[in-house]
Amino acid sequence: MIKLFSLKQQKKDGEATPKVGNQKKASAAQLRITKDINELNLPKTCNTEFPDPDDLLSFKLIICPDEGFYRGGRFVFSFKVGPNYPHEPPKVKCETPVYHPNIDLDGNVCLNILREDWKPVLTINSIVYGLQYLFLEPNPEDPLNKEAAEVLQNNRRVFEMNVLKAMRGGCVGSTFFERCLK
Amino acid sequence: MDVAVQIKDAFPKRWCHLKKVLERTGPFCHPDFEPSTDVTNHFIMTTCKILVIGAGGLGCELLKNLALMGFKDIHVIDMDTIDLSNLNRQFLFRRKDIGQSKAEVAAKFINQRIPGCNVTPHYNKIQDFDECFYRQFHIVVCGLDSIVARRWINGMLISLLTYDDDGDLEQSSIIPMVDGGTEGFKGNVRVILPGISACIECTLDLFPPQVTYPLCTIASTPRLPEHCIEYVKVIQWPKENPYEAAIDGDDPVHINWIYEKASERANQFNISGVNFRLVQGVVKNIIPAVASTNAAIAAACTTEVFKIATSCSVPLSNYMVFNDVDGLYTYTYEAEKKDDCLACGQTAKVLEIKSTEIKLQQLIDQLTESYQMKNPGVTTSINGKNRTLYLPTVSSIEEQTRENLKKNLGDLGLENGSEINVADVTSPNTLVFVLKVASESMQVE
Ligand SMILES: [Zn+2]
Repeated sequence: MIKLFSLKQQKKDGEATPKVGNQKKASAAQLRITKDINELNLPKTCNTEFPDPDDLLSFKLIICPDEGFYRGGRFVFSFKVGPNYPHEPPKVKCETPVYHPNIDLDGNVCLNILREDWKPVLTINSIVYGLQYLFLEPNPEDPLNKEAAEVLQNNRRVFEMNVLKAMRGGCVGSTFFERCLK
Repeated sequence: MDVAVQIKDAFPKRWCHLKKVLERTGPFCHPDFEPSTDVTNHFIMTTCKILVIGAGGLGCELLKNLALMGFKDIHVIDMDTIDLSNLNRQFLFRRKDIGQSKAEVAAKFINQRIPGCNVTPHYNKIQDFDECFYRQFHIVVCGLDSIVARRWINGMLISLLTYDDDGDLEQSSIIPMVDGGTEGFKGNVRVILPGISACIECTLDLFPPQVTYPLCTIASTPRLPEHCIEYVKVIQWPKENPYEAAIDGDDPVHINWIYEKASERANQFNISGVNFRLVQGVVKNIIPAVASTNAAIAAACTTEVFKIATSCSVPLSNYMVFNDVDGLYTYTYEAEKKDDCLACGQTAKVLEIKSTEIKLQQLIDQLTESYQMKNPGVTTSINGKNRTLYLPTVSSIEEQTRENLKKNLGDLGLENGSEINVADVTSPNTLVFVLKVASESMQVE
């Protein structure tokens, strides 16, 4: 019988870093993403596209909001899951040009769980919900597109019109947006 | 003056029974046990960190027992809220607490009632936490009513095990798990030393039969009233979403809708036996609860935690069954660790198949039936390239891989010794299987 008490005390004091098992052939990232993808539970406004079903590490998420400022739009995000997943979050970009305080014109997305608040316990599903939420509640406090954020803060009506103008395909200020209505 | 001393003064004889066990030797002591004041004062009361999973019938008893026994650093996880029907046996809750988190109310009650004890509540699912969280505990005690949750925590504790360069298990990575279960007047207690003794997965057949049916059966060839109920629950409800909400087993309107649809389906397939009670039973997965059984099982669990924490006595080895239907009966035996256990088997898990001529669908049926999986997704690696064989949950992948179900394994590039990766909700990790064709010998490097 093992005597756990003394051993345990050492362990807790030392906080030894655990070794990673080497018996697995498929990478941890691969095994984990398989699990994540198999358990994707998408809201009805979201859909995924896997250009290559063999490659679960890169795919697209399509969000078609059914309420809020962006209702009627269709927004495509690309997901790239790296070899260090889930210790590092996937890289997510918005491929559809969008007039949004938290998404810039290069498609960078400002969402806490994609950066500072990422934890290995989070999943692809958590990110999907996070992105969906961005369209329901654009957050002017934490802007990537400052102009859009300012407009949202100062005049929601004007913001709403700008969003619609952009989604229909047109210029907001000096920036041209391609049409992205469904 | 520190808190421990204050409390000692307030209740001078509070720990005298503990001291009798821990500070002197005796005929039933573990052979290596050395009586000492350190065990009580330092380990139990300061260092030892216990995780209680579940704050229901067993959980209330466990928390009370552990706290009164002197454990001071206890965490409790429970995702449920308090319901009126809990109050007859979940004695840490009062009527005013209905609707609140079980974990939070239980922790508050214990912390107020037992001086010096610090229970930290987590109003969460166990799946909300990662390895780092679970690694901080010395012992995990479970009072759960779900097999899926038990399997998950079991898999988690096994994934925390580390091995040295010789491939030997490092004992410091072991977090013992004491698992209690009750069903009416029957109960069981088991002690699991992950990687050493039989785990939950090793002994899955000891649990009452799972109420999961292969999706293909409930969708195309129902035979039992349960199949019809499951069909409505799993397929029709999400499709029609009659009340724009998830199924609530406590809502008679929901149950009635399922009952009506399941009856229609049963008639269609000439199946008898669908009734309201059965529907409720299947949907809610009802397990009757008896307070005295919970008390007995929790007491035995707490004793095991104490024995493991102090090494004062040999722990239960390793499975105790309890029955007080008629008189009182207990029996203890040693459940055996399986070498090819899905979770704790160190050798690659072997999946024996008849031949590589079988269809992928047959392989998946074999997984759902033999390992009670629910909706497995299967991938493999062929010449270093990842290959998705079938993934049921993502429609775009499902469409593109559906054809594979009809192909035989050989045509998909699988052979004797190939590894497949299987993801399913019943396990926290993707599992790796090595295919073994019954007639051929293995060729695993
Ligand atoms: Zn096992």
